[in-house]
Amino acid sequence: MTDTPTYGFDTLQVHAGARPDPATGARQVPIYQTTAYVFRDADHAAALFNLLEVGYIYSRLTNPTVSALQERIATLEGGVGAVCCSSGHAAQIMALFPLMQPGCNVVASTRLYGGSVTQLGETIKRFGWSVKFVDFDDTDALAAAIDDDTRAVFCESISNPGGYVTDIPVVAKIADAAGLPLIVDNTSATPYLCQPIEMGATLVVHSTTKYLTGNGTVMGGCVVDSGNFNWSQSDKFPSLSQPEPAYHGLKFHETFGNLAFTLHGIAVGLRDLGMTLNPQAAHYTLMGIETLSLRMERHVHNAKIVANWLENDPRIASVTYAGLESSPYYARHQEVYPKGAGALFTFAVKGGYEACVKLVGAVNLFSHVANLGDTRSLIIHSASTTHRQLTEAQQVAAGAAPDMLRVSIGIETADDLIADLDQALDAAMK
Amino acid sequence: MTTTPTDTLLQKILDETKVIAAVGVSTNPVRPSYFVMRYLKMRNYRVIPINPVAAGQTLFGETILASIADIPKDIHIDMLDIFRRPEFVPRLVDEAIEHLEDRLKTIWMQVGVEHAQAAQQATDAGLQVIQNRCPKIEYQRLNGELRRAGFNTGIISSKL
Repeated sequence: MTDTPTYGFDTLQVHAGARPDPATGARQVPIYQTTAYVFRDADHAAALFNLLEVGYIYSRLTNPTVSALQERIATLEGGVGAVCCSSGHAAQIMALFPLMQPGCNVVASTRLYGGSVTQLGETIKRFGWSVKFVDFDDTDALAAAIDDDTRAVFCESISNPGGYVTDIPVVAKIADAAGLPLIVDNTSATPYLCQPIEMGATLVVHSTTKYLTGNGTVMGGCVVDSGNFNWSQSDKFPSLSQPEPAYHGLKFHETFGNLAFTLHGIAVGLRDLGMTLNPQAAHYTLMGIETLSLRMERHVHNAKIVANWLENDPRIASVTYAGLESSPYYARHQEVYPKGAGALFTFAVKGGYEACVKLVGAVNLFSHVANLGDTRSLIIHSASTTHRQLTEAQQVAAGAAPDMLRVSIGIETADDLIADLDQALDAAMK
Repeated sequence: MTTTPTDTLLQKILDETKVIAAVGVSTNPVRPSYFVMRYLKMRNYRVIPINPVAAGQTLFGETILASIADIPKDIHIDMLDIFRRPEFVPRLVDEAIEHLEDRLKTIWMQVGVEHAQAAQQATDAGLQVIQNRCPKIEYQRLNGELRRAGFNTGIISSKL
């Protein structure tokens, strides 16, 4: 779109979306703590409400601080635009909302964050939507699961709780052949380690709470649109291809072209679902993204060291990290995620459930919390916490078996992390 | 394959253009062509609507004309904006060169409209040609409007 130079990722994570503030010249993106914006006159208001002019009306829809964050994430993901929202779970609903109608389904990978399994498997039934969970390594089963009522294919890039990396190019081809958008949750990989749009994804969703913000301060989510999907190629996506009653019968895709999904997300999604990101949270996330590449390099570096140490420890039954040569996904990670397999993985402790519970009680640097993507190292026993709503079969499929611990490796000194796990393992074996 | 116009060229065209002849503009307010031209009118471009089906009606304060040939000689057209399917482009370019030759600077084809041969013919006649783009979207992108809704404008700058 532009003849300005092509900038590198490190430059874009600092500058994209963040020109000096036009009102004051402030170099850092100001926190626009306001709910509403003054109209110049009635014509100006009418132009904004009719979507003729893009601008600020009310912060449930758009806010300058949030917009800067949206442009930054859209740029880093290589998308045309992005809509931020209040959490990663909100982002998943915001991504599905324009695509789905009652009676429609989404075909999703079995290897998802437990909260997503519950959201897709249970909660969305109340909208009349449903999910079909499939092993995305079984490409025949994936293709066969897609039916006339399917409206999206959904997976995580580097999956939570870890150890698995999705072969996005292969999945994207299957979705494309079926005329469906592929939605990739890129939370655990971040755009630094993985570029789903370049590999054929239509939409990318994030919990910006994690690595993008990076230090465990604020909740947030984001939906990025590639701008590459033709919503009018079939009659499957009437929210985007057919007249929108709330805007005098305007057809979003016909009128706005590749800006349609993002504008619909604001003008219909945020307007009526109200899952808005607040400008304070956007500020923290903008600050975090400025150092994303530096942190991800250290996260990956530490994760490899800690995973290697664990794998060679006699107290450990197994380590599932795609960055280990022993992993069945090692070759795939090198091909699809060459900068690293992330910093999220699981390991099984000899001594099972009991030993796991003891170990999380004995750590002193690792924090026992239900989060990931923090600067500090985190540990959780998924089977008794994040994945406890699932059946044991679902837990095993999701990589959260009862003897498994999940760690999110931080940016501390790697030797200190090893020493902490070493003493906690001693305590767990007693 | 269309060459990608530079931001510098797009900005130059949008700056130097004062009057746009819009071929195929609809009188229906929810049609994209109406939407685009209503926007450009709001941004102080003069819009001369051309649509044989609606000729004689008034749109954006101007009388709708039946064809390019009907544009009065005293109206200085800077840009012809084409909202017609690609197969109609060669005839429109012929008409533009014949009737607007010494006035016209730019032939602009909307999103989804491309015609390599006609574009070459227009370029050979000394015209600037933009294909498969929307002047509304480019105006909004280059003038900072799209960043208000979180679009990737591609603009990186430390300048005010």
